[in-house]
Amino acid sequence: MEKKTLPFNGTKEQEEQLKAVIAEHKDQDGAVIPVLHKAQEIYGYLPIEVQEMISEGLDVPLAEIYGIVTFYTQFSLNPKGKYHIGVCLGTACYVKGSGDILDKIKEILGIEVGECTPDGLFSIEATRCIGACGLAPVLTVNDDVYGRLVVDDVAGIIKKYQEL
Amino acid sequence: MEMVNIKINGQSLSVPSNYTILEAARSANIEIPTLCYLKDVSKTGSCRMCIVEVVGARNLQAACVYPVSEGMEVLTNTQKVRDARKVNLELLLSNHDRKCLTCARNQNCELQKLSDELGVTDITYMGERNEYDIDEVSPSIVRDNNKCVLCRRCVSACKTIQTVSVIDATERGFKTTIASPFNKSLAEVPCVNCGQCIVACPTGALREKDNTDEVWAAINDPEKYVVVQTAPAVRVGLGEEFGYEIGTPVTGKMAAALRRMGFDGVFDTDTGADLTIMEEGTEFIERLKNGGKLPMITSCSPGWIKFCEHNFPDFLDNLSTCKSPHQMFGAILKTYYAEKMGIDPKKMFVVSVMPCVAKKFESGRPEMEVGGLRDVDAVISTRELAKMIKQSGILFNKLPDEKFDNPFEEASGAGVIFGATGGVMEAALRTVVEVLEDKSFDKLDYEAVRGTDGIKEATLTVAGTAVKVAVVSGLGNARKVLNDVRSGKANYHFIEVMACPGGCVTGGGQPIVDSSVRMDIDLKAKRAAGLYAEDASLPVRKSHENPDIKLLYSEFLEKPGSHKSHELLHTHYTARPKF
Repeated sequence: MEKKTLPFNGTKEQEEQLKAVIAEHKDQDGAVIPVLHKAQEIYGYLPIEVQEMISEGLDVPLAEIYGIVTFYTQFSLNPKGKYHIGVCLGTACYVKGSGDILDKIKEILGIEVGECTPDGLFSIEATRCIGACGLAPVLTVNDDVYGRLVVDDVAGIIKKYQEL
Repeated sequence: MEMVNIKINGQSLSVPSNYTILEAARSANIEIPTLCYLKDVSKTGSCRMCIVEVVGARNLQAACVYPVSEGMEVLTNTQKVRDARKVNLELLLSNHDRKCLTCARNQNCELQKLSDELGVTDITYMGERNEYDIDEVSPSIVRDNNKCVLCRRCVSACKTIQTVSVIDATERGFKTTIASPFNKSLAEVPCVNCGQCIVACPTGALREKDNTDEVWAAINDPEKYVVVQTAPAVRVGLGEEFGYEIGTPVTGKMAAALRRMGFDGVFDTDTGADLTIMEEGTEFIERLKNGGKLPMITSCSPGWIKFCEHNFPDFLDNLSTCKSPHQMFGAILKTYYAEKMGIDPKKMFVVSVMPCVAKKFESGRPEMEVGGLRDVDAVISTRELAKMIKQSGILFNKLPDEKFDNPFEEASGAGVIFGATGGVMEAALRTVVEVLEDKSFDKLDYEAVRGTDGIKEATLTVAGTAVKVAVVSGLGNARKVLNDVRSGKANYHFIEVMACPGGCVTGGGQPIVDSSVRMDIDLKAKRAAGLYAEDASLPVRKSHENPDIKLLYSEFLEKPGSHKSHELLHTHYTARPKF
């Protein structure tokens, strides 16, 4: 399934930074992963445009780069929204119903985990245990933590950020 | 080579020290089942079908990648080994779309064969199954990941051999799939449609786009005059589908079968090949004499052409402007032949039977038409032709040998060898040398450009000029040679490129040969030998001496490179994006 994503709007400065990173690693064995890490630092994610620049620069097939990006969970194909929602699916939260909370968020925003809303405002991530089991079920929006949630709380939380 | 002494199943053997256990066992006629291993293509050790006991090693080892060493003892057939292989296979089957009855590879599937040989009688594991959409957007290749066993033979063919690299393993664990970047269709990436992935695939996960229905529909349409042409390599592949030894030419039976299937005209693309030599030979002589763009590179292989357009757009002017033989011949059938026979070309339907799936893409290129008439209306592979013959209830082996139809009854031997790497070059040299030297030669075999090596070079003195030629097959080799030409490290006057390793005889549309058979034979050489034998047996072996071609020029085209030739037989190319 095609994931919803935002149009690429990388800047000239970002491109220059990436080119410098590629030049630094160019003739090194196993350059792809360190370059992908740096590229993700520069752009926040690894869209096709960025992967093509890396493929061209390192002379490594795009299919191989894409294979690596999708293999490792720390690489992301999608940008994070202005408000990045993390729903804890650790054992305690899950037992306390965080799965339903996640479903509700997906329903309201119309996106899947790993995607970003077309307005760039929200993205969703399913996280592992964030160490706040006493507050289960827990979600985070950027650095804010919301605990002891029920499904009906979700709409209000999202609304709050929409109105910020 | 240094030899080492090993024991397999108690049998003492002395084998070269660079052998794997699989190769050593093979040399002693001990069969070890394989799935992800494909000689000369892929060796990943990932499927665990070939596991064996190595005495002293803690776990079972993959024979296809485990090197032999002095004193090694191997057991290939213990109960432990048999049980482990079977469990591995059953786990593969648990996530496989087991629709064998309706699969393109039914009865020619390595997974099916393993299930039989390893005694799988039940589907033991009924777990979750991945379900994937079938990618059938490409005009040449269909990918059905529901039948993929993740052996990565296609990835090796695409990436290591062809350096096209449009597929790779993506995601991880249970979600692992072979896909193109960003899950694009093969039609949306720089896939060149060579189909080497198809002939590498052990299952039905990759197959050609089936065009047999439209061919049947044309044959069944009383309004249509349906003519068929068969490429050189088809005659040494088709027989395999009917039990003939690999490489056996079945030219006469093929012509007989096509006639009985209901085609109104049955022709040989070898005639198109002869025509190609006239045009391409003339083009080369002109470039050589008048300081045209050199090296000139052949343009018969549509996989190669698309590869060049994506990866070497700076070489497009080096490509011969000649259309490929079947496209040329299609254009001639719809003009010269239609006129001669009094047939309305709009009602003519030209079918090409090709050892190639890239020809399906090629025939749909917008430039492959003249005056609103497509040169070729449908392309089917050798495999599809075999299926159609079987559907027709024709007992192929019992057919008489028949000839192709007039006015193109017999092409030259030069046209026949077009199907093997080096064949186009040899055919061109037979004509070019005689034209430039202005005399006839008896010695026609150019041994230097024969053989299955991926890159061959030769220098010939022609009319006092040293002409340097290269013959390349396999796109990885083409990339290497073109990079060398680009950097100035190598220079040639004339380069033949065929996309598939070995040339068209081992094209992506040819019958698929089981990996265990490919371990023991050189498929490229065996099929090519069939073509060279047919060439040697023919009365006319030079394109310019083919009487039908002479008549075609005198009655219709005037001369090679004429205005009419350019209108019908030549084309142009388009730079395409790298990604």
